Amino acid sequence: MKILVPVKRVVDAYVNVRVKSDNTGVETDNVKKSLNPFCEIAIEEAIRIKEKGLAEEVIAVTVGTKECEATLRGALAMGADRAIHVLADDNLRPLAIAKVLHKIVDKEAPKLVITGKQSIDADNNQTGQMLSALMGWPQGTFASKIELDGDAVSLTREIDGGLETLSLSLPAVVTSDLRLNEPRYPKLPNIMKAKKKPLEVIEIADLDIETASGLTVTSVNAPTDRKAGVLVADVQELVDKLKNEARVI
Amino acid sequence: MSVLVIAEHDNSALNDSVLNAITAASQLGDVTVLVAGSGSQAVADAAAQVTGVAKVLHADAAHYENGIAEELTPLLVSAAADFDHIVTAATTFGKNVMPRVAALLDVAQISDVTAIESADTFVHPIYAGNALETVQSSDAKKVLTVRTTAFEAAATEGGSGSVEALAATDAVGTVTLVGRDLTVSDRPELSSADIIVSGGRGVGSGENFAIIDALADKLGAAVGASRAAVDAGFVPNDYQVGQTGKVVAPDLYIAVGISGAIQHLAGMKDSKVIVAINKDEDAPIFQVADYGLVADLFDAVPALTEAL
Repeated sequence: MKILVPVKRVVDAYVNVRVKSDNTGVETDNVKKSLNPFCEIAIEEAIRIKEKGLAEEVIAVTVGTKECEATLRGALAMGADRAIHVLADDNLRPLAIAKVLHKIVDKEAPKLVITGKQSIDADNNQTGQMLSALMGWPQGTFASKIELDGDAVSLTREIDGGLETLSLSLPAVVTSDLRLNEPRYPKLPNIMKAKKKPLEVIEIADLDIETASGLTVTSVNAPTDRKAGVLVADVQELVDKLKNEARVI
Repeated sequence: MSVLVIAEHDNSALNDSVLNAITAASQLGDVTVLVAGSGSQAVADAAAQVTGVAKVLHADAAHYENGIAEELTPLLVSAAADFDHIVTAATTFGKNVMPRVAALLDVAQISDVTAIESADTFVHPIYAGNALETVQSSDAKKVLTVRTTAFEAAATEGGSGSVEALAATDAVGTVTLVGRDLTVSDRPELSSADIIVSGGRGVGSGENFAIIDALADKLGAAVGASRAAVDAGFVPNDYQVGQTGKVVAPDLYIAVGISGAIQHLAGMKDSKVIVAINKDEDAPIFQVADYGLVADLFDAVPALTEAL
């Protein structure tokens, strides 16, 4: 079976993002970009399933500008077998991405799609669920454990109250949570090898889908900053401040 | 404008988050609450009592028992036909089901709404709350998940909505619930607690969390944690506060042994008063704390519990 892993290039998790002075967005030029951490976990999981002999091929796919090729090469260096790059504008919304992925799933016929539960830039947490709905496939979101069992997948999810285990029939869409695994660092020989792995480029226009969103960004603003408060000398002073100044206890 | 609120519940009671979603929905128009469950009449009746609720649509069938997204989606999509806005709280339940509804309605979803500017314009955080994006929607229907901490809870009494039965959609049957392992606690719910005591990597172990628990119990507080503490296995996943965990805004948040990565701050910086206890005076948590105590947490936390 094939596993398709949609991945996204995002501003690195350790960058302090700044809102542009004209309030049209966030400064993304000359800022370090990385594979979205949740997508990295998704790639790792797909590779582990293949290493167990339960899948034949892992395909990484991304939707984005020319620069996103670096992200796909990263996924290939981790161990994906080949990659698909759908060339598109950077600012597509999740529904458009899900429609693109729907086309790719139709073409590649994977039994399992694993992607990150959210990207750490837009924080939408939508694409996997939307793809699942468009495909009419079951979904297992926020997964912390995946076990394949013939034509089904048993999956543990992180939910607000604790954990939940579901059994999904395949094909299915799974989205990864933080504790699904710890992704490997690609080794140098694998980074070299990744440069030669197949990478197919598709123009988004050739997929014949509606990508326009009903949403228009009217402004992007920085949140009001919290001011640093005071350091207290000891526990007694802290208790006094909480009781008599902040009046919260 | 008419607004449909999708209710999360356990077939016996409404989830607290529904009350915040109803307040948000009330800013948009007349509120109808949809309760889909199994043996869930009490939930529908309770929803009808909430202030601001005009009507409850109640669908009851065995395949709605466990809140499985695949089973709920066809019902929600068909019910959405009569409404301008479809709203739910941005809990793991809402995040799981709502994008499916949006996709099948062929409209955008706006996630984690923190302010409603008008019927078509909404504010929501991006980049772990380091930017606030205002979006205007021209979609025929607006599908929103709302951040519970940004909207007060509606009163559970005072409403007099009617309850109307809604025909169930056919079972889908592609997903079965195997089991749930839910944290049982006598402490307040993390998402709605007035006081939270959170522990981080500095606490060192699951056993050491006993000092966090003791302080929390003295204050009648909920216990939270940073990602590092959860990843290390000190506490279960549902304790996690942050960008990808729970977002909280209590009156008092006490961060113990937490350095204050931006991903953690994203989940708690709207708290009214923040206290940080950390032995590293350079920890970023002190930059958002109203009161900082540079001290060894193993001395300071028991002393604080004692002093209260």
